[in-house]
Amino acid sequence: MTTKQLGARAPVLDKPDPPAAPTPARITIRGTAHLPRRLSVPRSVRRTVGPVGLVLLWFLGSTTGVLPESVLASPVDVVRQAVELTKTGELPDAIAASGRRAATGFLIGATVALSLSLLAGLFRLGEDVIDSSMGMFRAIPWVGLIPLFIVWFGIEETPKIALVALGVTYPLYFNIYGGIRSADAQLVEAARMMGLGRLGLIRYVILPSALPGALVGLRYALSTAWLALVFAEQINADAGLGHLMSNAQQYFRTDVIVLCLAVYALLGLACDFAVRVLSRRLLSWRASFEGEA
Amino acid sequence: MTVNTVTTTVTTAPNSVEIRGLSRAFDGNTVLHDLDLDIREGEFVALLGHSGCGKSTLLRVLAGLDDEIGGEVTVPARRSAAFQSPRLLPWLKVWRNVVLGLPGRPDRALARRALDEVGIAERADVWPKTLSGGQAQRVSLARALVREPELLLLDEPFGALDALTRGRVQQLVAELWERHGCAILLVTHDVEEALLLADRVLVMDEGRIAHEVAVELPRPRDLTAPEFVTLRARLLGWLGVTHTGISDAPGPRTPEGNSS
Repeated sequence: MTTKQLGARAPVLDKPDPPAAPTPARITIRGTAHLPRRLSVPRSVRRTVGPVGLVLLWFLGSTTGVLPESVLASPVDVVRQAVELTKTGELPDAIAASGRRAATGFLIGATVALSLSLLAGLFRLGEDVIDSSMGMFRAIPWVGLIPLFIVWFGIEETPKIALVALGVTYPLYFNIYGGIRSADAQLVEAARMMGLGRLGLIRYVILPSALPGALVGLRYALSTAWLALVFAEQINADAGLGHLMSNAQQYFRTDVIVLCLAVYALLGLACDFAVRVLSRRLLSWRASFEGEA
Repeated sequence: MTVNTVTTTVTTAPNSVEIRGLSRAFDGNTVLHDLDLDIREGEFVALLGHSGCGKSTLLRVLAGLDDEIGGEVTVPARRSAAFQSPRLLPWLKVWRNVVLGLPGRPDRALARRALDEVGIAERADVWPKTLSGGQAQRVSLARALVREPELLLLDEPFGALDALTRGRVQQLVAELWERHGCAILLVTHDVEEALLLADRVLVMDEGRIAHEVAVELPRPRDLTAPEFVTLRARLLGWLGVTHTGISDAPGPRTPEGNSS
C-alpha cells in the first residue's frame, strides 16, 4: 500500500518572485507491510556473532602463525590450560579467592555508597556536607592510592578489598544520588496529597525514582570492582587470579595469562548479565525506547 | 431560571471551605490578594480565569501543598485532588496507585470497587504506562474518591484529554459528585465546562474573585438553552473574550450527557 501525502505549501502572497522550493512538495510513503519479511535472525544469535567472530579470527591467526605463541597463545592452548588447571584445582581456588575479594569489597563499597547517597539525596544538610567532598575525592585517581593503601593496610587482603570498595563507591554514589534528586516533584506532590508521610514518600516515590539510576550505577560498580581487583591483585597476592597471572608472567606462559584475562572478562560479563536480568525485572513498569528493530 | 450574582443563596448548608483574607506572594509578586471565599458542603464550584491569575495557587493552598500564606483558610481534613496530568506512580500497578497512602495494608477489594465506579476495574492489574490518557485520568479520579473526601480539588483534570474523552470524563465527574456529595472546586479555563458542571462559577482576576454567578439550570444541562448561552456570553465577557457572538448556537464541542 502506498500513501500519498500532500506537502504543506504555504500560500505566497504579494511576492512576485517566489523562491524555488528546495524540497519536493509531495512525498510518497511506501508501505513495507506487503514485502516479504527480511530473513530475521534471533537477537540472541546476533548478539553472539561479534564475540564468536573475534575468537575465530584469533584462532585463525594462531594456526596460520600470524600470532606467534610468545605473543599470544592460541585459543586451543588456553582452553587446554583451563581444563588442566581446573583438574588440579588451581583455577577454581583462584576464582574463589578473587571472587571473595570482589564480593567483600563490593559489599563494603555498596553499603558506604548507599548510606552516603541516601544522606546526601534526602537531606539538604547531607548534600552540603557529603556531596562536595565526594566530588573532591572522585578527582583522585583511585588506582593511584595503591601505594598509600599498602602503607596503611600492609600487603595482605585488606588493601585489595579496600581498593575494590573504593572503586565501587563512586559510581554507585553518584548514580543513586542523581536518581534521588531526579524524583519528579509533581509525583512527590501528588503522593503527599494522598496522605503519604515522610517515610512513605521515600519508600514509594523517591527510592523507586532512583532505581533506574541505581541500576546503571550497579553495572558500572560491578565492572569497576573487577577492574580494581586486577590492579589490587598485582600487590603480592598469594592466591587468586592475580597470583596465577604473576606466576605465569615469570615463566612467559601467555596461555595462562590469557586464560586469567578471559576468566576476568567472563566474570565481568556474568555480573553484567545478572544486572541486565535484574533491571528487566525491576524496571518492567518503564515505558522506554527499546531500539529500532 | 434565575441568574444570581450575590454570594449568599437560599441554601443553608454549612460551609466546607472558609477563606478569609488569603494572600500569597512569590518573591514580592502578589498572586493572591486578600481573597475571601466560602464553599458550602456538597457545592460544586468552578473557578475560571486566565493562566497566571492565581487559580492554581489557590487550589494548592486548599490542598495544603503551600502554606506560605497570609490570612486564614479553613478546609475539611478529608480532601483530595486530581491534577491535569494523572500523576500516577509508574512503578505501582493501577490498583496500588488507587489505594496509595491509605492507612493499613493495600486493600485490593477497595481499589477494585473504586476502579469499578469509574468504569475501568478490568485495568486494575496493569502498569500505568499501558493506560490511555482518559483511562489514566479515571484512575486519578478513583484515587481521589477512594479517600471519601469532603472536598475534592480538581485542577484542570480534563485539560489534556481529547474532546470526545473529555465529554465522557466530565459526565463521569458529574455522576460521581451526585453520588458522593462532596464539595468540589474545579479549576478550569473552559467556560462551557464550568457551566455544565458547577453550581456556582467564579472568575478570578489579579488574585481575587472578580465575579461570580450561580448557575441554577436543571441538570443535565443543555448547551443550547438560551439561558446557558446568555451565561456563557456573560462569563466570556468577564474573561475579556468579546468576539464570541451571543446568538451563536452550540460551540464545536457537544459532550454527551446534555442531550437527554
